[in-house]
Amino acid sequence: MNETAEARTPVIQGIGLVKTFGSVVGLDGADFELYPGEVLAVIGDNGAGKSTLIKCLSGAMVPDAGEIRVDGETVAFKRIGDARAAGIETVYQSLAVAPALDIAANIFLGREIRRPGVLGSVFRMLDHGAMQRQAREQLQALGIGTIQSITQAVETLSGGQRQAVAVARAAAFGSKVIILDEPTAALGVRESGQVLKLIRDLRDRGLPVILISHNMPHVFEVADRIHIQRLGRRVAVVTPASTSPSDAVAIMTGALDGSVLPIAR
Amino acid sequence: MSAIQAPNVDPAEQFLHRRTPVQRIHHVLHAYPALSPLVVLILASLLFGFLNPRFFDPKNLSLIFQQVAVVGALAVGQTIIILTAGIDLSIGAIMVFTSIVMAASASKFGLPGPAALGLGFIVGTLAGGLNGVLVTRLRLPPFIVTLGTLNIFLALTLLYSSGQTIQESDIPSLLLWTGEPITFASFKITTGVLLMLGMYAVFTYILRNTAWGRHVYAVGDDAEAARLAGIPVTRILLTTYLTAGFVYALSAWILIGRVGAASPNSSADANLDSITAVVIGGTSLFGGRGIIIGSLLGALIVGVFRNGLALAGVDVLYQTLVVGVLVIAAVAVDQWIRRVRA
Repeated sequence: MNETAEARTPVIQGIGLVKTFGSVVGLDGADFELYPGEVLAVIGDNGAGKSTLIKCLSGAMVPDAGEIRVDGETVAFKRIGDARAAGIETVYQSLAVAPALDIAANIFLGREIRRPGVLGSVFRMLDHGAMQRQAREQLQALGIGTIQSITQAVETLSGGQRQAVAVARAAAFGSKVIILDEPTAALGVRESGQVLKLIRDLRDRGLPVILISHNMPHVFEVADRIHIQRLGRRVAVVTPASTSPSDAVAIMTGALDGSVLPIAR
Repeated sequence: MSAIQAPNVDPAEQFLHRRTPVQRIHHVLHAYPALSPLVVLILASLLFGFLNPRFFDPKNLSLIFQQVAVVGALAVGQTIIILTAGIDLSIGAIMVFTSIVMAASASKFGLPGPAALGLGFIVGTLAGGLNGVLVTRLRLPPFIVTLGTLNIFLALTLLYSSGQTIQESDIPSLLLWTGEPITFASFKITTGVLLMLGMYAVFTYILRNTAWGRHVYAVGDDAEAARLAGIPVTRILLTTYLTAGFVYALSAWILIGRVGAASPNSSADANLDSITAVVIGGTSLFGGRGIIIGSLLGALIVGVFRNGLALAGVDVLYQTLVVGVLVIAAVAVDQWIRRVRA
């Protein structure tokens, strides 16, 4: 252990995480570390346990064994709300948006703002104006100017715009970590570029990002470190500078033994 | 400066955003789901007024409102359930059961009016809640659950009433209050009609301006997405069914006033009529889309068609046939509207 590694406490850390589904092993003692201010990509073949790992970190699943620490403190996430309360926001591959509701409503879905005073406390009246204003500010802060109206239904948006709405929601409330699950999988070239820019913008604002992706060019373009998951375990952590994409794929598929490599910090 | 403004959108983009007149109509209907039933209601009224000028007689218009009061009230409950992508087939059975509970607890067991009414509200709300518990806890499809409770409440109604109608003279005046006439100029409606309109006002507010209302839409739109967005889906569904039960109790009260008695055999068609009103009103059976005021328009459209066709001397069987055609047309329009693209 060198000094810098000891000085830096991971923002979020998983130690020996185990999760089984009947006879299927999702996680088999997986470790995980995300450090402040970095973009960490998580790659792995289908069934390597990427999704299970992320679900445990985001509170959507409870691991059978192992420990999760946030800023060095052990936590026990029972549901998504627990992780959110700790400042961890997840953008799911399915985006988790309500297509018929408008952009502002989706950004504040489940966290609506009520009017001040009696209107809000007794009549439970929503503050449509405040939510629309903040939603607009949030989208502008992320440099998403292509959306015509904040009161547009999400189903009328393109795939990239929907992704932007989901990312904006996460960025608006995520104070600690943003997790993005396959954010570019359904997007074209130009829209993917916008999402990658969003990821860099989030990091530049000081928010560490976990990026789950199958797309090696995207991973090598934005990631600071790459966590390689295989058969329910972390087999290696590499950097885009130290390892080529083809070697990363080789480690991912087991053609190359990743455990001999040092864990990149 | 030349007269021609330099376009700040490039021509390709402009071409992509060009819309045909049909696409424009499509967009407007998508943005305002109550518009198509409103247009149908106005056109139908004009047509029937042309066929028989007595249609626009204030007495006749008042009659239409009185005729749709019960189905209109029930449709409020049916709408919020359909918005969650559910359906309630037990709606009429619960209403009739509740009306019998209200009337019989006064006539048979001597409860005073307010207590009988209060008991009815508790029973109606719990009956709706039973559907909610079965849907959320046993995870059964709402169609099956309410098909079962439909029969259960029909049987309970006959058991509790011994198959007997409770006459007006045995019912406390509070329960009959919803039948009290109110006169506006030459229009004569009842307090029941006003109560029904009030319910639409209250639920329009709730669905538009509260977080709960928004969550009802989100759950019906995509329940899994709503869960991942942190919405307590089970709680929303359960409270929706409980609220619907409360609405059925209100409808039962309106029913007693409308009929002037409590009969175990009344409102056999209320189930399908309420669904008809919701569907014609533009609310999608797939959930998550629609507007509650549309259901009032839907109930009025059915009322106007039945009344107008009767005034035009058309046989009652054809009235039912026309309602069937309306339902199919409404669902077809809904499917078309849902296919909107940016």
